[in-house]
Amino acid sequence: MSRKLLLDKAHIAGIETFEVYRKEGGYRAAEKALKSMTPDEITEEVKKSGLRGRGGAGFPTGMKWSFLAKPEGVPRYLVCNADESEPGTFKDRFLMEKIPHLLVEGLIVSSFALGANTAYIYIRGEYAWIVHILEKAIAEAKNNGFLGKNILGTGFDLEIYVQRGAGAYICGEETALLESLEGKRGNPRIKPPFPAVKGLYDCPTVVNNVESIAASVPIINMTGDEYAKIGLGRSTGTKLISASGNINKPGVYEIVLGLSVEEFLMSDEYCGGMKNGKKLKACVPGGSSVPILPHDLLFKTANGETRLMTYESLSDGGFATGSMLGSGGFIVYDEDQCIVENTYNFTRFYRHESCGQCSPCREGTGWMEKLLWRLENGQGKIEDIDLLWDIQRKIEGNTICPLGDAASWPVAAAIRHFREEFEWHVTHPKEAMERNYGLRKNIYVAPTPAGA
Amino acid sequence: MKFNETELKEVERLVSRYPADRQKSALIPVLHLAQVANGNWLDAETMDYVASLLKITNIEVYEVASFYSMFNLKPVGKYLFEVCQTGPCNIQGAKDIIAYIEKKLGVKEGEVTSDGLFSFKRVECLGACGYAPMLQLGEHFKEHLTPEKIDAIVDEHRMKAGL
Amino acid sequence: MAKVTIDGHLMDVPDGTTILNAARMMAEQHPELSANVPPAMCYYSKLEGSGGKCRTCLVQVTKGSEKDPRPMPKLVASCRTTVMDGMEVQNKLSAQVQDARKGVVEFLLLNHPLDCPVCDQAGECHLQDLGYEHGSQNTRYEFKRRTFEVEDIGDKVKLHMNRCILCYRCVFTANQITEGRVHGIINRGDHAEISTYIHQSIDNDFSGNVIDVCPVGALTDKTFRFKSRVWNTNPYNAHRECTNPKCKGHVVLWMAGNDILRVTARKDQWGEVESFICNECRFDKKSLGDWIVEGPRKIDRHSVISGGHYNSLSDKKVLTKSTTFAVMEGSRKD
Ligand SMILES: Cc1cc2nc3c(=O)[nH]c(=O)nc-3n(C[C@H](O)[C@H](O)[C@H](O)COP(=O)(O)O)c2cc1C
Ligand code: SF4
Ligand code: FES
Ligand code: FES
Repeated sequence: MSRKLLLDKAHIAGIETFEVYRKEGGYRAAEKALKSMTPDEITEEVKKSGLRGRGGAGFPTGMKWSFLAKPEGVPRYLVCNADESEPGTFKDRFLMEKIPHLLVEGLIVSSFALGANTAYIYIRGEYAWIVHILEKAIAEAKNNGFLGKNILGTGFDLEIYVQRGAGAYICGEETALLESLEGKRGNPRIKPPFPAVKGLYDCPTVVNNVESIAASVPIINMTGDEYAKIGLGRSTGTKLISASGNINKPGVYEIVLGLSVEEFLMSDEYCGGMKNGKKLKACVPGGSSVPILPHDLLFKTANGETRLMTYESLSDGGFATGSMLGSGGFIVYDEDQCIVENTYNFTRFYRHESCGQCSPCREGTGWMEKLLWRLENGQGKIEDIDLLWDIQRKIEGNTICPLGDAASWPVAAAIRHFREEFEWHVTHPKEAMERNYGLRKNIYVAPTPAGA
Repeated sequence: MKFNETELKEVERLVSRYPADRQKSALIPVLHLAQVANGNWLDAETMDYVASLLKITNIEVYEVASFYSMFNLKPVGKYLFEVCQTGPCNIQGAKDIIAYIEKKLGVKEGEVTSDGLFSFKRVECLGACGYAPMLQLGEHFKEHLTPEKIDAIVDEHRMKAGL
Repeated sequence: MAKVTIDGHLMDVPDGTTILNAARMMAEQHPELSANVPPAMCYYSKLEGSGGKCRTCLVQVTKGSEKDPRPMPKLVASCRTTVMDGMEVQNKLSAQVQDARKGVVEFLLLNHPLDCPVCDQAGECHLQDLGYEHGSQNTRYEFKRRTFEVEDIGDKVKLHMNRCILCYRCVFTANQITEGRVHGIINRGDHAEISTYIHQSIDNDFSGNVIDVCPVGALTDKTFRFKSRVWNTNPYNAHRECTNPKCKGHVVLWMAGNDILRVTARKDQWGEVESFICNECRFDKKSLGDWIVEGPRKIDRHSVISGGHYNSLSDKKVLTKSTTFAVMEGSRKD
């Protein structure tokens, strides 16, 4: 059932140029949308497709578009979120590098649907060379009449600009991104108001991930109904997964949602199995923020069902025994990896990336980092584990933006599933400095209550 | 530091991308430009110059420049190795690579080699997790790092600098 | 108008009122409900855009509105959430709120130096009150507290960054009340700090107001430093004909004998200034002849932390304002 909708042409030599992209059928969706469809019809197709936001939260894209406020005489903006900074995630980069015109075409279709005459691509500052790739593609599209004034004679005007960030994970959060785009610190805004009403420059704004915007192209080409037939249930279409860690073939894969996790990890078509024949210890399936799953909960859910690469199946069992599809950053750990170290590492990341506005996140992440450092370095106490649990619990849900949650979940899940490894670090401090604990010994029996 | 003709044109182009009165939006791109023009870091004078170009207050520039990790508020080497240390890179040996770079350059993190050419800094995930370990050098990523690759990168840049 | 219920008390408030302000309105009408008002460390009704950051004012919305009765999934910042008709809110009654607030207070005190014995704000510090009401006896933090390099911001205002809770009030004040802002928040996350970056002095007509809006002792009056503990001074309402058109000249004089040790704006029940005052009134008019004294001001502060411990109520006699004000009667000069 492998099928590609976004990267099907990505391997073709020269596809990054307008000529080749066009010759391969590119900009057909833009022509179709602008010449034969109304904005509402496009939104309707995207709704029918069942496309869910590919940036992490999975919010239905068509629905988001229909929420956009449309007051008379006020400009609307489309902002493409290319900040891609969630550890384990590098899929948008792949798409933009290989097939930049797909994003440009997606932006034309989406902007037309939203009635936006200006679209900004906010790209993380480190992807400096991709800025040039995108700007070249934009210039080519403009030279060929797909951007600028009166596109294809339809009267629709559109300019696309690429804005470079400068190193701040938090600017992936949509309101922090808008602040940054306005030339400010990346402090998330306090909501409401939501961007759909008051976004960029206080105007109605839609923020969408690179992949979500690109997906509008196949949707328009094939119709929403056809797109919805691909995938499984409410997880329609294809999804880019970036795979990293102790696997044979790290990289970016386009999968049809519904593929089994086992096939994704073990088959040669995708990750190619564990590297060096090591045993699987754990996996973070959707980027650093989502709960880590121990080996015995990855291929099968707690109910013994096959775990699938879908929004629903990956979250089956809630946080007690499940995780999330998130941004599609699939990180695999073998038996030689240390969960305590990894949890410390991620927590350091969140402490470093906290904007510092709200007290639970600003203070709590640093506290957790210090406790985890101490545990990892053989200086921890058994009470530290419960204290960590209590701190993450007091951050989660109590912050301005979801970074607080994103910092809490990895800590909670690591303790939930690997408590024995944390305790071993306390009881065997010397040994813990010299070797890794290995797989968890207590094979999963019954759901741990989420609050325990 | 003052921008030359070409750079001023670029500032103009950047500012033109936003609605009138929203030139502050150009702050981050202009700071990138200023950092390059100023030898890879931003001193107060440079930031004040950017403030005057964009007609905003100095503190607005300091607030922003100090928020984003790509802006160096202290001098760094001509070639700055920004080495990723986050989870996926960590499990592929980022720590060893960082130790190797430290030994190779003979400086601690944040220090500059005596010839002014190199310094290094640990950074968080740069979006190259599948090609770990990795570092950023200027506008480009160096991926699948090994000690040999580090040697080659250092040699190449010594040559570039004419040493 | 919207009907809102907070901890079981019903009231009609104008549309667009926040939950916090609704609770304050209730307390203004029924003083016995004062204890039900959520604490607010960052919100300041006179500063646009303030609030939402400290998270001390979190409450639980158990019913969204008459139209959409679903409860809100998370606790919300009462200072930034507007009421809906039929909304039901729990503050004191919600165990979840109390638990979260205890957490927030712990976070705020985590890196706080607890140097109250040498802090000029002691006795009028909102963090002291908060810690006293919601904090635990002991800290669970076993690490070195964060410290910042000392920055001199001029001869009028003393900045003690270690005490700052990053409420952003002083930044809003400098933006909205003064001519030009030279200080701001620099750096990020737990390194974020109030600074001018280049060690400038903060000095303009209204810069002194940052002292009054600061909920803790991070910004204090340099001209008052260590002159006296707040509770050893006697506050008087006073005014003068101020020539600054934006200043009403309504102040509080903090006196020891006939000496004016400090001048501040008048603060209301919620700890907010009634009107901002200019630097001339605050820093330059330190002789009784400058002022028309109206009479003693009742100050109601109720907690003190000293030496890193929360003292019990019985230790707080230092704060009782039982001192007689008789000595002042004759000192009024016109
Ligand atoms: C801390 C944080 C970081 C985020 N980073 C990204 C990101 O790098 N890219 C992205 O597309 N969305 C990111 N998001 C999600 C965005 O806020 C937003 O939901 C998304 O861009 C919406 O696009 P979508 O509906 O197409 O997914 C982040 C959210 C949070 C809270
Ligand atoms: S949760 Fe963290 S990142 Fe988000 S607003 Fe609060 S401090 Fe900033
Ligand atoms: S973890 Fe190093 S690039 Fe992502
Ligand atoms: S007072 Fe509401 S969040 Fe600070």
